[in-house]
Amino acid sequence: MKHITALKNSLLISFWFMFLTFPIMVIRVNTIENVVEWRWMNMLYVGFGSFVLSFVWRYLISRKEAGVKQAAAADTPSKRLTERLLTDSAFYRPVQIMAAVFFLAFPLIFSTYQINIMTTALMYVMLGLGLNIVVGLAGLLDLGYVAFYAVGAYSYALLNHHFGLGFWAILPVGAILGALFGILLGFPVLRLRGDYLAIVTLGFGEIIRLILENWNEFSFGPSGIANIDRPGFFNIDLSLEQVTVYLYYLVIGLCLFTMVVVNRLKDSRIGRAWVALREDEIACQAMGIDKTKTKLTAFALGATWAGMAGVVFAAKTTFVNPASFTFMESAMFLSIVVLGGMGSITGVIIGAMILILTPEYLRAFSSYRMLLFGAVMVLMMVFRPQGIIAGVRRMYHFPVKQSEKGIGGS
Amino acid sequence: MDYFLELLIGGLTRGSIYALIALGYTMVYGIIELINFAHGEIYMIGAFTALIIASVLTMAGMSGLSVLILASVVAVIYASAYGFTVEKIAYKPLRQAQRLSPLISAIGMSIFLQNYVLIAQTSDFLPFPSLLPELPFMDAYAQFMGSSELIIVATTAVMTIILTLFIKFTKMGKAMRATAQDRNMAMLLGVNVNRVISNTFIIGSALAAVGGILIASHIGRINFYIGFIAGIKAFTAAVLGGIGSIPGAVLGGLILGWTESFATGYVSSDYEDVFAFALLVLILIFRPAGLLGKSTVQKV
Amino acid sequence: MQKESSFRRSWIAALIVFFAASPLFSASLFAADIIKIGIAGAHSGDLASYGLPTVKAAELVIKDINAKGGVLGKKAELLVEDDVCKPEVAINTATKLVSEGANAVIGHICSGATKAALGIYNNAGIVTISPSATNPDLTQSGLYPNFFRTIASDDAQARLEVDFALNTLKVKRIAVIHDKGDYGKGLAEYAKKFIEDSKKAKVVLYEGVTPGAVDYSAVVQKIRRMKAEAVIYGGYHPEASSIVSLMRKKKMNTFFISDDGVKDDTFIKVAGKYAEGVYATGPKDTTKNPLAVAAIEAHKKAYDADPGAFFLNAYAATQAVLNAIQKAGSTNYDAVVKALRTEYVDTPLGKIRFDDRGDAIGVGFSMYQVRDGVYVQVQ
Repeated sequence: MKHITALKNSLLISFWFMFLTFPIMVIRVNTIENVVEWRWMNMLYVGFGSFVLSFVWRYLISRKEAGVKQAAAADTPSKRLTERLLTDSAFYRPVQIMAAVFFLAFPLIFSTYQINIMTTALMYVMLGLGLNIVVGLAGLLDLGYVAFYAVGAYSYALLNHHFGLGFWAILPVGAILGALFGILLGFPVLRLRGDYLAIVTLGFGEIIRLILENWNEFSFGPSGIANIDRPGFFNIDLSLEQVTVYLYYLVIGLCLFTMVVVNRLKDSRIGRAWVALREDEIACQAMGIDKTKTKLTAFALGATWAGMAGVVFAAKTTFVNPASFTFMESAMFLSIVVLGGMGSITGVIIGAMILILTPEYLRAFSSYRMLLFGAVMVLMMVFRPQGIIAGVRRMYHFPVKQSEKGIGGS
Repeated sequence: MDYFLELLIGGLTRGSIYALIALGYTMVYGIIELINFAHGEIYMIGAFTALIIASVLTMAGMSGLSVLILASVVAVIYASAYGFTVEKIAYKPLRQAQRLSPLISAIGMSIFLQNYVLIAQTSDFLPFPSLLPELPFMDAYAQFMGSSELIIVATTAVMTIILTLFIKFTKMGKAMRATAQDRNMAMLLGVNVNRVISNTFIIGSALAAVGGILIASHIGRINFYIGFIAGIKAFTAAVLGGIGSIPGAVLGGLILGWTESFATGYVSSDYEDVFAFALLVLILIFRPAGLLGKSTVQKV
Repeated sequence: MQKESSFRRSWIAALIVFFAASPLFSASLFAADIIKIGIAGAHSGDLASYGLPTVKAAELVIKDINAKGGVLGKKAELLVEDDVCKPEVAINTATKLVSEGANAVIGHICSGATKAALGIYNNAGIVTISPSATNPDLTQSGLYPNFFRTIASDDAQARLEVDFALNTLKVKRIAVIHDKGDYGKGLAEYAKKFIEDSKKAKVVLYEGVTPGAVDYSAVVQKIRRMKAEAVIYGGYHPEASSIVSLMRKKKMNTFFISDDGVKDDTFIKVAGKYAEGVYATGPKDTTKNPLAVAAIEAHKKAYDADPGAFFLNAYAATQAVLNAIQKAGSTNYDAVVKALRTEYVDTPLGKIRFDDRGDAIGVGFSMYQVRDGVYVQVQ
């Protein structure tokens, strides 16, 4: 009986989707030549596809619900393989060493192209980790993170163009400018919450881009700035391949630096204040945490990494124009954080790798990759909203002494 | 003075367009506190469906008002169906999830729908037939306002009034308000919350489709990307007016439209969007819940 | 108390991803008996309609040449890579093409992406011919010695627009409007500069409109208020059609002069009756050239549709580069560059060769006007 209902439901669903996609998928009108093209085969594909997918969907949903129940029923959270892999040192040590070797040897094994896209991916790891401070730890939804990235990129591009300053001189400048802009954005939005905050940060990102686009005297407008110097290496002239490798190691270094700092920050006083702020603003204030200071440091420290990544971006691309800093870019950063797992460094790394490398390797399916990208985002949220690697909460276990057991609770 | 009046009317048209789309945002937000990023795409799909149906009908030899009515009806039905389906797939399974998840899901849905139309149809701009009738008596005022502008403003006004009455006086409207106030309590009192949410999406999407048809006929061209740009502006309008409030969405839309129109007219269109967003930031600093939004006191 | 180091855990995760992806890494083998021509540009996304026709053009040329025995006795092969017109993606595209051993590149489509990618090609000694990147800096700055193009640069186009407005239409008050984009704004800047230098007319309005906005009436009102006699618009056809329609609906008969982004039949279709009388510059009409006729016929035969934007330019670019390799006798960079500069080649755009800066000699613009629903060459 159960199977028959399922079958009936799936049939209904497939008819529904055939109806739904009818005008867009089946009919194509050429208004220039006044011909209508009827693509009935598409309807068949949609019907069949949705019929099959509805079974998969139902199965996954039921599994998810069962999982929730199981977790609620069991007292101790059951450790999955992935979790054990991450927490058990016997598992992760060898893997860690292998990973380190892999990353260090990467440029020796692969072509310049592979190194190049890996550098891009690692840059996004930096950006993801930076945004993770704001969104993952402090719980402030920032849809304009790209603004700080642009600030970093333009600070290198402009200072290099006008004064010929080098990469290493600008890297800290980019970071500081990023932080300053973070505070600049932070002030007006201190009182805002949730979605209001989101839209204002989105507006802020757009404002920065529009200024770069329109203020020609300052930013050279939409035609951008070309021929930015690649980072120098002790005044030695490097060939393009060498620079690519050099940039790769440089970004690896910066990534490690980011990871160390973010990891330390997470466990610091300020890091715990962020988490407290995310969980409950009022309780957090009641505990005597300075809300203003905490929020501003979150914005500033988050923006610092974007500023630095921006400098690297400009040095790598050797060309900047405002078109690289659109809202879609902010959405990408946010997706990295959420897909990977908010508040989890490992998650952010995996998120960045997947979101940046997949489209590169899916070049053959270039017209479908954004479609898949959107679909994956939705499916991921539906079936694994905590992200690939869920952020692990700090837990304190107080061993209860035998003698106290009868008296009080734990 | 003429110039001022021209800008005022231009801003009114633009504002009405924003308001019409903003209504959908604000309704959904009011009920489930979700920024429905895919709303702009529903609007785009509405316009596309209307274009396809209208072209087919025109080629079949129909013309005039009947094409407009048929195409609009089909577009509204389809947009509602899309809104309904999007909610079932991308948001319903996430009711209990943490706040950010549905938002990401919405962004994903928006990207998906854009590319779906891009692949199934085209990346080019398509000419949209001018479905709206030319009103002969508007000819004398062409300098200030064309027929399509008048129709847009009038439709927005009528839609807003109908929607307000619907929310105020019908049973469904009451259920919607109850759900918005307290979903659990509404459920306990016998409101079918899932149906209320579905209906909200259907109504919001229908309004978006109406907006899509009007605007597409007004500017005469569409592509898969129009929903995104209009969506962001409409969302800004909704927040400006106080998200969740229907008069707020209309007010926000109009203010945004006028800001852009006057900024272009008296300063420069280079920075029209900067003015729009700067205004948003300013208003939110002084009224963190938007112009007509109720600032809720958080209970501990 | 249990505390874990997520710093350490991150390594594992990264590793899992890499080993999973490792089969995808594959170094391409350099095959010496094939001439590889890379073609890069926007092949997906919102600008795909500018990039895809160029791929089809290159495919047709290569099919044709291979049928005739190839280049230097070798078969030519196409490497197609997408850059979505973004500089940061163009870098990856360029390195990928270099890794795969491209001998020459047709592309990129957008000026920004081209600028970003050129350094990489230059470093690798690869000749690049763009069918569509019109930014004047690309050839005039002297920074990109490996760059050539089969399209005239923006300033040539702006020059023609301004001269036409001043000398033929004899207008005194001109509004210069652009779409804030790389192409449109660059063009508008030149137009403004040329008008001001001529001292024959005044720029009464210089503004950018937001592409994709829902309404342009405020700008149109402003044009009217400034009593502009002509509008020079830099940008693409979607916005242009909105602005023209609004102007005509508001009963303004201001001249509208635009660029080859507007000289597109879609513009006429979208703007309908309001398109009548609009001026637009476009590549010199070569559709009567027998080679162009043949190229368009070949496209119709292969794809059952009319070719899109920049089709002929890409056709000419592919022919030019293959011809240069043939004449040079090898794929050696210096020899190919020299051949491009000295050897004339018959293309759908006419008999062309390239000057020292990389611009094609014999490729230029003419003024067109919409008359009875078609673009007709003026003069």
